Amino acid sequence: MADANNPNGGNGGSGATSGNGKNGAKVGLLEKVTTAVKADIQAVKTDIPTKAKEQIEGLKDPTKTQVYTSIFRHKHDDTPRNRALGVLSNVFLHLHPAKINRDAVRYSYTWGMGGITFYLFIILTYTGVLLMFYYHPSKVQAFRDVLYLEHDVPFGKILRNMHRWAAHLMVIGVWLHMFRVFLTGSYKKPREFNWNIGVLLLVFTLLLSFTGYLLPDDQLGFWAVTVGTNMARATPLLGHEGPFGAQLGMTPYNDVRFGLLGGSIVDANALLRSYIWHCIGIPIVASVLMIVHFWRVRKDGGISGPAPVMLTEEADKPRRGPKAAGE
Amino acid sequence: MDWRQLWEICSAPDNVPIVGLIPLLAFYIYLAWKQAHANDILIEQLEADPAMAKTHHRKTWPFKPGWAKEVHVWPFLLRIEFLAAIIVTIILMVWSITLNAPLEEPANPNLTMNPAKAPWYFLGLQEMLVYFDPWIAGVVMPTMIIIGLMVIPYIDTNPLGSGYYTWKQRRFSIGTFLFGFIILWVAMIIIGTFIRGPGWQWFWPGQTWDHNRLIYEVNRDLPDIFGIASNLGKGIFGAIIVGGYYLLGGGLVYSLFRRRMGKDFQRMSLLQFSIMQFLLLTMVALPLKMALRLLWHIKYVWITPWFNI
Repeated sequence: MADANNPNGGNGGSGATSGNGKNGAKVGLLEKVTTAVKADIQAVKTDIPTKAKEQIEGLKDPTKTQVYTSIFRHKHDDTPRNRALGVLSNVFLHLHPAKINRDAVRYSYTWGMGGITFYLFIILTYTGVLLMFYYHPSKVQAFRDVLYLEHDVPFGKILRNMHRWAAHLMVIGVWLHMFRVFLTGSYKKPREFNWNIGVLLLVFTLLLSFTGYLLPDDQLGFWAVTVGTNMARATPLLGHEGPFGAQLGMTPYNDVRFGLLGGSIVDANALLRSYIWHCIGIPIVASVLMIVHFWRVRKDGGISGPAPVMLTEEADKPRRGPKAAGE
Repeated sequence: MDWRQLWEICSAPDNVPIVGLIPLLAFYIYLAWKQAHANDILIEQLEADPAMAKTHHRKTWPFKPGWAKEVHVWPFLLRIEFLAAIIVTIILMVWSITLNAPLEEPANPNLTMNPAKAPWYFLGLQEMLVYFDPWIAGVVMPTMIIIGLMVIPYIDTNPLGSGYYTWKQRRFSIGTFLFGFIILWVAMIIIGTFIRGPGWQWFWPGQTWDHNRLIYEVNRDLPDIFGIASNLGKGIFGAIIVGGYYLLGGGLVYSLFRRRMGKDFQRMSLLQFSIMQFLLLTMVALPLKMALRLLWHIKYVWITPWFNI
C-alpha cells in the first residue's frame, strides 16, 4: 500500500518485481487506477485553477500574447520610434513615409482629393463585387436582375445607389484632384511622368463609368452608349464613316465600332463586352496604374508641397532647397 | 418661366452630380485663389526685400525656428485620412438613401430617347457634335485633349510655382488651363445638360421643352458665301482658310509670347514652342467655330470629298 501510494508513480516497476500472486497483481492494478484517478482529481482541484488563474492573469495584458505579438511586431507605447513603426511595419500604411513636412497635413493645400478618389475606388470595388452576385450580363436577365435588386434583394437598392453615386463622385474627385495638381504646379520637374500616369487614370475612370452605364440595360444606358459609340463610326481611317475609312475598306462589320460592340448594333455582345471591361479589364489596368501612381508619388519626393515660394530671380538658378531659405 | 421644367432637369438623378459640381468648383476656385493671393503678396514682399528673403521660411503660414519641421504621419496625417473616409462614407450613405439611381424602361432600339444624351461627363463632347463632324468631336478632340494634357509638363518650362498656389508667376499656364477646364469642358457640360432639349435644340433654363418645336436653320458653308461652287475650289479655299488661321495665329502667338513672356520663351525649345502654339490654336479654334455657327450660321469652313471641317 505504501508502495502504491508512492506519488512518484513507480507502481509499474515495483508491481512487476514485488508482486506476490495473481490476486495481488489484480489489487495492484485496481489500486494503480484509483490512485491515478485520485491524483488527477487532486490535480484538477489544485493545479488547474492555479494555472488557469496564472494564465487569465496573463491575458489581462493581451499585447503580451503570442497571437498578438505575431500580428503586431512592435510595442505601442507612445514613443517616436513606435509611431514610425506603426506606419512602416504596416503594408497598407507604408505607402506613407514615417514623417512628413509639418505643412503637408494642411488639407487646404491638397484638398484630399487624390485620397478620396482612391477611397471611392475601394467603395466601388466592394459594392461592385456584391452587385456581381445578383447580375447576369445577358439580354434576357440584365434588366430583370436590376429590378430584382431594387425590389427584392435586402439592401439591394442602397447597394446599387451607392455604386452609382460613388462612381459619379469619383469622376468629380478625379477632376478636382487634377485641377489642384495643375494649380499648384505639381506636374513640374520631377513629377512629369506621374502627371501622365494621372491623365491615363482620368481616362480609365471615365471609361469605367461609361462601360458601367450600359449594364442596367435600360433606355438611359442603351441610348447613352449608342450615342457614345456612334462616334467611333467616324474614327479617321478606322471607322466606316470616318475620313478615308471607306477607302481603306471599312464597313459597319469590320471597323473599330464593331470591335467595341462585338456587333454592328448595341446588343447582347455589347452588354457582355462592357460587363467584362467594366468588372475585369479596366479595373485591372487602372489598379496597375494606381500602384505606379502611388509609388511614383513617393519616389518623386512625396507630395509636392506646400513648398516654400520661389522668387522670380531664382527661377533659373539651381534650387537651393527650403533649408537654405532659413526654414 | 416653366419652373417645373427647370426642376425636372435639375432633379434628374444623373444631373445631380453636375448641380453639385458647380458650387464645389466655385468653392475650390475660391480656396485656390485665396492661397494664391496670399502667396503672391508674400512673393512681392520678399522680392522687394532681399534681406528678408534670405531668412524668411517662404510660406504664408507661421513658422518659428524652434518648431519641428516634420510631424509623424501616425497620427497627424492618418487621422485626417480616417476622418475624410468617414465623412465621404456618410455623404455617400445619405445620398444613396435619399436619391435613387435612375432606371428607365428596358432598352428598346425602336424607341429613340429624345434627347438621347451621353453620360453627363461626356456632354461637352456631345455638345461639340453641333459644331463639328463626329470624327473631330468624337475622336480627334478627345485624343487631342488627352495628348494635350500629357504634354503639359514637357512644354511648361516655367520653374516657378512648383508646389504652391500662385497666379502672378504662372498667369499664362493657369489662365489657359482655366479656359480649357472651366469654359471648354465644364461650361459645355452645363450647356449639354441644362440647355439642350429635344432634338438637341437650345432651350433657355425655364423654357418648356417643346417636342414639336421646329427651327428652320439655314446653315451655309463658308465657301458658298464667297460664291465658290466647284469642289476643287472649295477644297483649296478651305485649306487656305485653315492653313491661314494656323499661320497667322501662330505668328500672333509668337509675337505676343516673345514680348509678354520673354523669359518663358527663352527657356522653350523650338519644338516645345511649336507644340504649345499648335495646341493653343486648336483649343481657341473651338470657340471660334462655335461663334461662326451660332452667330453667322456657318457650318463648314473646309469642304473636301473625304472630310469637312
